[in-house]
Amino acid sequence: MVDKVIIADKLTKRFGDFTAVDGISFDVSQGEIFGFLGANGAGKTTAMRMLSGLSMPTSGKAMVAGYDVYKENEKIKRNIGYMSQKFSLYEDLTVRENIRFYAGIYGKSNAFIKEKTELVLKQLHLTSEADKLVKSLPLGWKQKLAFSVAIFHEPKLVFLDEPTGGVDPVTRREFWNLIYEAAAEGITVFVTTHYMDEAEYCNRVSIMVDGRIDALDTPAQLKKTFAAQSMDEVFLKLARKAVRGE
Amino acid sequence: MRVLRFLLQKEFRQIFRDPSILRLIFIMPVIQLVFLPFAADYEVRNIKLALLDRDHSAYSRALVNKITASGYFMLTANCVSFQEARAAIETDKADIILDIPPAFEKEIVKETEATLSMSVNAINGVKAGLGSAYLQRIIMDFNQDIRTEWIQFPRFDQDTRIAVTFSNWFNTSMNYKVFMVPGILVLLLTMIGANLTAINIVREKEIGTIEQINVTPVQKSHFILGKLIPFWILGLLVFTLGLGIARLFYGIIPAGSLVTLYAFAAVYLLAVLGLGLLISTYAENQQQAMLISFFLMMIFILMGGLYTSIDSMPDWAKAITKANPVSYFIDVIRMLVLKGSGFGDIGYQLGIITGFALVLNGWAVLNYHKRS
Repeated sequence: MVDKVIIADKLTKRFGDFTAVDGISFDVSQGEIFGFLGANGAGKTTAMRMLSGLSMPTSGKAMVAGYDVYKENEKIKRNIGYMSQKFSLYEDLTVRENIRFYAGIYGKSNAFIKEKTELVLKQLHLTSEADKLVKSLPLGWKQKLAFSVAIFHEPKLVFLDEPTGGVDPVTRREFWNLIYEAAAEGITVFVTTHYMDEAEYCNRVSIMVDGRIDALDTPAQLKKTFAAQSMDEVFLKLARKAVRGE
Repeated sequence: MRVLRFLLQKEFRQIFRDPSILRLIFIMPVIQLVFLPFAADYEVRNIKLALLDRDHSAYSRALVNKITASGYFMLTANCVSFQEARAAIETDKADIILDIPPAFEKEIVKETEATLSMSVNAINGVKAGLGSAYLQRIIMDFNQDIRTEWIQFPRFDQDTRIAVTFSNWFNTSMNYKVFMVPGILVLLLTMIGANLTAINIVREKEIGTIEQINVTPVQKSHFILGKLIPFWILGLLVFTLGLGIARLFYGIIPAGSLVTLYAFAAVYLLAVLGLGLLISTYAENQQQAMLISFFLMMIFILMGGLYTSIDSMPDWAKAITKANPVSYFIDVIRMLVLKGSGFGDIGYQLGIITGFALVLNGWAVLNYHKRS
């Protein structure tokens, strides 16, 4: 049996009367690219925040990287990377300084940081921009850099929350190449997106509607089940049932 | 510890790259300490006087000369009727009316007693109070002059008089700037300390970088120390700059030991930074942080004993000043700078400020959650 990196069992988050995430159960295997789809407000980000230890679940169980989300959230943090919807590198630091800072607070050694920084810069074709402030980079480059920073400390699992929002198609393609490279190295990728072509790139896809997971399978199987030509159609069929507005 | 080093390195880089922080740290103290003390003057000058001299005698003229020569009064209206003098007050041409009755000289000479009347515009209470006090003092002096002129043999003076001589300790020339400048420095330190910390952390909240930090294994205590230490150092830098300005511009050299002064300032800064930290855990955005700290600063400044004496406040207000860290430092800095008190004399205040530092920082740490 393959190692399960995420096991969620009836995981729920309520804010007062509002149930943002309503008893979701699923698991994700090591090295998998897991697409986490859903309309705006379906509860994707909340679910992701619970799994990454940023938000306390109301009920249910979840294990991430082998640790319990209730009690061992700080241990989970050592083993995951996280790239939020908001761009979260320091714009007033240079590319190199951002890499160094985030690697440093994960406790990586200077030798490791030095060596790997050059590797990452080369991979991103940012070597000549390494000492420029991040705010001077175009959005697509920033997003690729943020991804590389999120997996710099070599986590078991990385959470990506709409990483390609607002990015042009060419850069999106490059971004997905980075994701494949990371997956090939054994990093599990948990990604939310609104682009259905990106959903096709995932090994398995779950679709959330109103806080629940309504479908979970490989893209090919989902298309078969819903008698659809594309993931777009699958998504529309499911998302139309939603009662929750934006 | 290694993690803390990375946090500090990042914080210092950001501070020295942000021109607005540098401006705040270096230009604000200079402006506040160089210009404000000249404006925040306790002495009342240029009191506008409307004169209604109905006597036109030698004595009345001598009195008026004495008043205008004092330097505190400007004769702005020379009136012939009370209506005219009243109009001068109503149109703000005068603050005080001095009414000299028709038989002023005659009464002094004949009955050795005369009446003057004074009407004061009391809208500005301080000016009215001090203005009339100055005027009374001048008139008493004038009275004294006349008496000494008349009494040929002072030995047989029938009135017993007590003359009081003054000697002003600790601020011998009664220079109000010596009194104000250290106090303004305390306010400056409070504002810079609390605001910089609060705004800095709330800005990270707004940008979203704090969430990125929260998802790393960085410990709460390391994150907070990474914020406190840089601003603590900046605060001490501002304090040094302020003491330098006080010495250069006003010749104020602390009478007490510098070590004691810095020791107190160091603990005080921890308390103030803790306050900024606490504000940042409650505020969601920079506007909220600014408003909360502005609200607190108003209370701190008005109830800190800088502009008004705490001893003359009502009891409930005195109770509030006990919860105001500013009041303790203003007390201490005056004791250390003016009086030259030693470490033993400020033990009480140091204890209280240490308490403030522990409570505020502890509260902030408890209220800062990596997970919501």
